[in-house]
Amino acid sequence: MDTRLQIENLTFAYSNKDIINEVNISVKKGEFVGLIGPNGSGKSTVLKNLYRALDPDRGSVHLDGENLFKMSHKASAEKIGVVGQENMVPFDFKVEEIVAMGRSPHKKLFDPDTKKDHEIVMHALAHLGMADVAKRSYLNLSGGEKQRVLIARVIAQETDFLILDEPTNHLDISYQLQIFDLVKRLEVTVLSAIHDLNMAAMYCDRIYVLKDGKIFFSGTPEEVLTVQLIREVYGIESDVTIHPLTQKLAITFLPESLKYN
Amino acid sequence: MNMLNLTVKVDVSTVVGINFCGFFLEKINKGIWGKGMNKTLKRIRNIFDRNNPNIVAIIIILMILAVATIVLAVGLGPVKVSPANVANIILSQVPFLSGSIPHTWTDLDYNIVWGLRLPRVLLGMIVGASLAVVGVTMQALVRNHLADPFILGVSSGAAATATLGMLFGVFAILGEYSLSISAFLGAGLTIIFVYTISRVNGRINITQLLLSGVAISMIMDAITQIIILSAPNALGLHNASFWMSGSLAGAKWGYLSLPLVVMLLCLAVLLINYRSLNVLLLGEEAAGSLGINVKSTQKMLILVASLMSGVTIAVSGAIGFVGLMVPHITRLLIGSNHKNVLPVSALLGGILVVWVDVAARMVIAPEELPVGILTALFGGPLFIWLLKRNTKEV
Repeated sequence: MDTRLQIENLTFAYSNKDIINEVNISVKKGEFVGLIGPNGSGKSTVLKNLYRALDPDRGSVHLDGENLFKMSHKASAEKIGVVGQENMVPFDFKVEEIVAMGRSPHKKLFDPDTKKDHEIVMHALAHLGMADVAKRSYLNLSGGEKQRVLIARVIAQETDFLILDEPTNHLDISYQLQIFDLVKRLEVTVLSAIHDLNMAAMYCDRIYVLKDGKIFFSGTPEEVLTVQLIREVYGIESDVTIHPLTQKLAITFLPESLKYN
Repeated sequence: MNMLNLTVKVDVSTVVGINFCGFFLEKINKGIWGKGMNKTLKRIRNIFDRNNPNIVAIIIILMILAVATIVLAVGLGPVKVSPANVANIILSQVPFLSGSIPHTWTDLDYNIVWGLRLPRVLLGMIVGASLAVVGVTMQALVRNHLADPFILGVSSGAAATATLGMLFGVFAILGEYSLSISAFLGAGLTIIFVYTISRVNGRINITQLLLSGVAISMIMDAITQIIILSAPNALGLHNASFWMSGSLAGAKWGYLSLPLVVMLLCLAVLLINYRSLNVLLLGEEAAGSLGINVKSTQKMLILVASLMSGVTIAVSGAIGFVGLMVPHITRLLIGSNHKNVLPVSALLGGILVVWVDVAARMVIAPEELPVGILTALFGGPLFIWLLKRNTKEV
């Protein structure tokens, strides 16, 4: 398998305080790679450096062998799609307008919106079962619906590499599963920050663990999500088993206030 | 772009505009008689359907309204001139046409229409369009409905540097453009300053934004006052009330060209970049991930907003709340897509300012109110309402 994304020694600091330090990550074609770690460990910061919301202090990132930071914003947006946490849009756009914005990396200055763009937008919405809300106002949707619209936008963007920045935070469990299922079904390469360890265990092919801005450990979910690692990184006790139905790891947290034998 | 041209460029274009409108009126008439009233009503409703507005039709209607506004507003004032005479006087100034226009007016009519009111009304159109577009631009920059050059102190900044420039003749070397350039610098500095103060962790904090805007406008107004009070004779028409409340009273033909050119240029630049403006409303991170170079787009917006507000304020003073009211009404009418918001705001802004200015010279005639006082009277309450709604949503 060829490597699609190669991150080497990525370092970024806010006002002299290192947020992420010498981070190395590689993502191969077709992989679903998870980035886990406690709050403030730098998951989001790593991703923001990748989708160019932040400029790193040191290190290099290569996408398909090309230096990401030398690419134009447009060129990188044709390859990498991003779904962030639900963001406030203070202005009243229609759902289809939000999704159509996914087409903007493919547009030059004077290009009009074509029929093909419209078809792509409607197809993306239909794929998520949201064709009937195309004309509705984005502001009036529920959190889960909004997140699905953003996924539709990234589908309309037609990239084969997705960066997900804890896209299911604050969503109901049904939506969390739905969103990850949808992404999985797209069969694209994914690098995702994931808050919930059980979600990471279910969906990821490989996992990187961040602690204090450094990569602490990496490997398959079975290699990474051990009782010992969870204790070291999160400071909690847990029980890790293979679930009989999913055949995936299931992590049960063991709070101090309960008694176990 | 063309449409704006038609409404504001007088010598040739107004006529073209009138003929143009006549053509469409004819079409609309045919529609009424051909297919019956119900269908026409339905069609009108379809044009303004917010989910799928017919933007071309709306712009054409607004252009007709703008031309009608110009003709009617020129006639209104302490001395009334009939719309027919106004139209004749305007048309008589057009080469080739002047021979065929009946001479129905008096010299007094002519002096009032051509010498006083027409430049004033056209300046109102240009200023209103500019202020509305500046509002749209600043709202995209800070991602909030509440941005307006007046509220964020940009008008005050422009006024302060403009008066400073007049007093010390800093840019005198640039001749007639010196006032506009010093106002542009003040506007630019204020936008950059307010914008930098209110950025907290990479996001615009709206409380900081509004408060720093208030503080800056107080400081800048104080500077303006000091200059005006210490050199009352040097500034002539540009007295305190001009800068603080705005006025179109001193309009001359010579004032029109620079603001018009700047407005059309800036509007063109913004329209070319309408996708970037739309995407920017989703937030900087989302915009970056959609292929927009956020920093250079923001720089472009700051430059465009400073240019337009500086040049406009140099000729009209601080007419407040236009940049707040007009984009808001526009979005209620046709949604948030900048491709539509920009031209519609420009037309609505022009029409609004011209009518408010008509009111300003009629309400307490023969005395005049500064036009900015009236816009504040309407705009202030709308601002408070938006502020309430804004805090509810966040």
